[in-house]
Amino acid sequence: MVDPDYLKFDTLSLHAGQEPDPVTGARAVPIYQTTSYSFVDTEQAAGLFNLEQPGHIYSRISNPTVAVLEERIAALEGGVGAVCTASGMAAFHLAAATIMSAGNHVVASRNIYGGTHNMLNLTMPRFGITTTFVDPRDPEAWRAAITADTRVLFAETLGNPGIEVLDVPLVAEIAHEHGLPLMVDATFTTPYLMKPIDLGADIVMHSVTKFMGGHGIALGGVIVDGGRFDWAANEKFPTLSQPYDGYHGITFAEEYGHQALSMRARAEGLRDFGAAMSPTNAFLLLQGIETLPLRMKRHVENAISVIDFLETNDAVAWVSHPSVTTHPDHDLAQRLLPKGAGSILSFGVVGGREAGRRFIENVQLASHLANVGDAKTLVLHPASTTHQQLSAEDLTAAGVGEDLIRLSVGLEDPEDIIADLSRALRASQKG
Amino acid sequence: MNFECRGEVVNYATGGVAINRELPLVVLLHGAGMDRTVWSQQTRYLAHHGFAVMAVDFPGHGESGGMPLSSVKEMADWVSEFIAEVDMGPARLIGHSMGSLVSLEAAAHHPESVERLVLLGTAPAMPVHPDLLGAAERNEVLAPQLMTSWAHGTRAHIAGNPTPGLWMRSGCQALLERAKDDVIFNDLMACNAYEAGDVAAMITCTTTVVVGSEDKMTPPRATAHLVAGLSDVDLKHLDGVGHMMMIEVPDRIREILLSALR
Repeated sequence: MVDPDYLKFDTLSLHAGQEPDPVTGARAVPIYQTTSYSFVDTEQAAGLFNLEQPGHIYSRISNPTVAVLEERIAALEGGVGAVCTASGMAAFHLAAATIMSAGNHVVASRNIYGGTHNMLNLTMPRFGITTTFVDPRDPEAWRAAITADTRVLFAETLGNPGIEVLDVPLVAEIAHEHGLPLMVDATFTTPYLMKPIDLGADIVMHSVTKFMGGHGIALGGVIVDGGRFDWAANEKFPTLSQPYDGYHGITFAEEYGHQALSMRARAEGLRDFGAAMSPTNAFLLLQGIETLPLRMKRHVENAISVIDFLETNDAVAWVSHPSVTTHPDHDLAQRLLPKGAGSILSFGVVGGREAGRRFIENVQLASHLANVGDAKTLVLHPASTTHQQLSAEDLTAAGVGEDLIRLSVGLEDPEDIIADLSRALRASQKG
Repeated sequence: MNFECRGEVVNYATGGVAINRELPLVVLLHGAGMDRTVWSQQTRYLAHHGFAVMAVDFPGHGESGGMPLSSVKEMADWVSEFIAEVDMGPARLIGHSMGSLVSLEAAAHHPESVERLVLLGTAPAMPVHPDLLGAAERNEVLAPQLMTSWAHGTRAHIAGNPTPGLWMRSGCQALLERAKDDVIFNDLMACNAYEAGDVAAMITCTTTVVVGSEDKMTPPRATAHLVAGLSDVDLKHLDGVGHMMMIEVPDRIREILLSALR
């Protein structure tokens, strides 16, 4: 039996979306630090503005450096297209605003990043879009929350901060049973560990700022269009299935079919909302993606070493990561994440909130900050930072205990990471 | 947009422009397992350059109703009926791959329906690899994967889509994956069974043939056999391009189509 002659993941990480510059021969991706592009003539200009032909007009809508990053991420995810944004939050907003309008409804996992939770719970209702939060492990809760106004199911591939593994095939099936797409935030897994589109997801978003970039020096977000969802199969998605006056009556699903979401998100979303990624950030993020497979392999290896250490330390009350056999999603992780369940984990320090505070204040190598997925090891106390806007009830529902420490294991030598944690844990018990 | 032919809905894309019956009709025919959207980089351009554009979904494909037609000959008869039903006079017919065979047959046997021909990725016969046929018969994702793999030139497997953010390989595979069960197998069987014979000699209209140097599915050598039989033909070579030329080099194809159709 013959096999498709596709370039492999590691090769795509380095090459997808870029050819050596045809004019200068530059092998690296040039930074096209320009706002705008000269037109050949008025006919070409009119064609570009009217979507008759592709090309760049203004860098809020598209830019050659950003386009390389978009094509590369689409290639790694197996999507038909991608649209980059200024941040991960901007990516979520772009997807939501492209497929929904006032009066629509979202069913979302309750175990998601605090910023996304706030946007869904507090901000979007001001614009007429409401959300019901559900336990991502409960299929019946997903089904029960769907209403006639629901337009998307949303969850993170690995929950934040409890690292719940999303059963992507199951939730996708529930979404599709109701004629709805499944959108996932795959920031914690990256396409190296999981390709959600292959598992049934329809839209994938990332904070590219995290593992994809890896260096913690540039903000960025992306939505990836899976291209398998039929936006015209029912009346739920008029932004894609009905004529749009913004381009003289074009119907995106009619003209672009499987690429309708990508095309509308750029043509309307970036044009009107303007949350574009800067070309320099795209360049910086591309440097990170070139080594994504190497880094993710090492992240996972280091996380396993750290987990082995934490599980045997008397100052640690509990460790939560899907690689731990007692984690409720351990078997699911074995199935959906065969290369590993990432390098973000949580644990509780014996002694509760005060001991947790002492731990955080005594790490020296690990950095105390509000980020994950950096090459450097990071620690955070979510109850007092990323999730501080949540009520005590919402904190409990999101699985964020007051003693919970989130650890994003970096690429340092694992012996040095463990030595730092060991020192801080000893200090945590000297209250 | 849609229309009715043989009692079934025929869906077609117009480039987002309402059909102006005063303009010359251009009908675009897709390849095996695909649909109208394979022409999305050309339809809107042509619609704004003086043509009434109909990129159709064959029966049972895309959003069209009915069952897929099982032979190239049947598809050609259907195209001729569709053009007659539209009632805008003979069409400028553009066909890709299986659609090129249908265009060829339609022009040969229904010359009253066809004013001009443009054939992309074409050959007088299109034998299909047995492993591909087997995967298609079993409705396995391997069939879209093999078609996608073989249908793109080397460059298209790496980069080069002029539409910002679109990734050609997954675009093609996703398009094929959207085909209903058995549609790809039906179409590949139709291609596999087709032999042009002396059809080329029956073509009386001006014909443009476009061939990619890296086309593995209808290689230039095979295309040359067809071209040799055509009396009024303009052959366009595209270096470094595979079978999915409308997607791989959409700008070049737009230029060629505009020149060929005017």
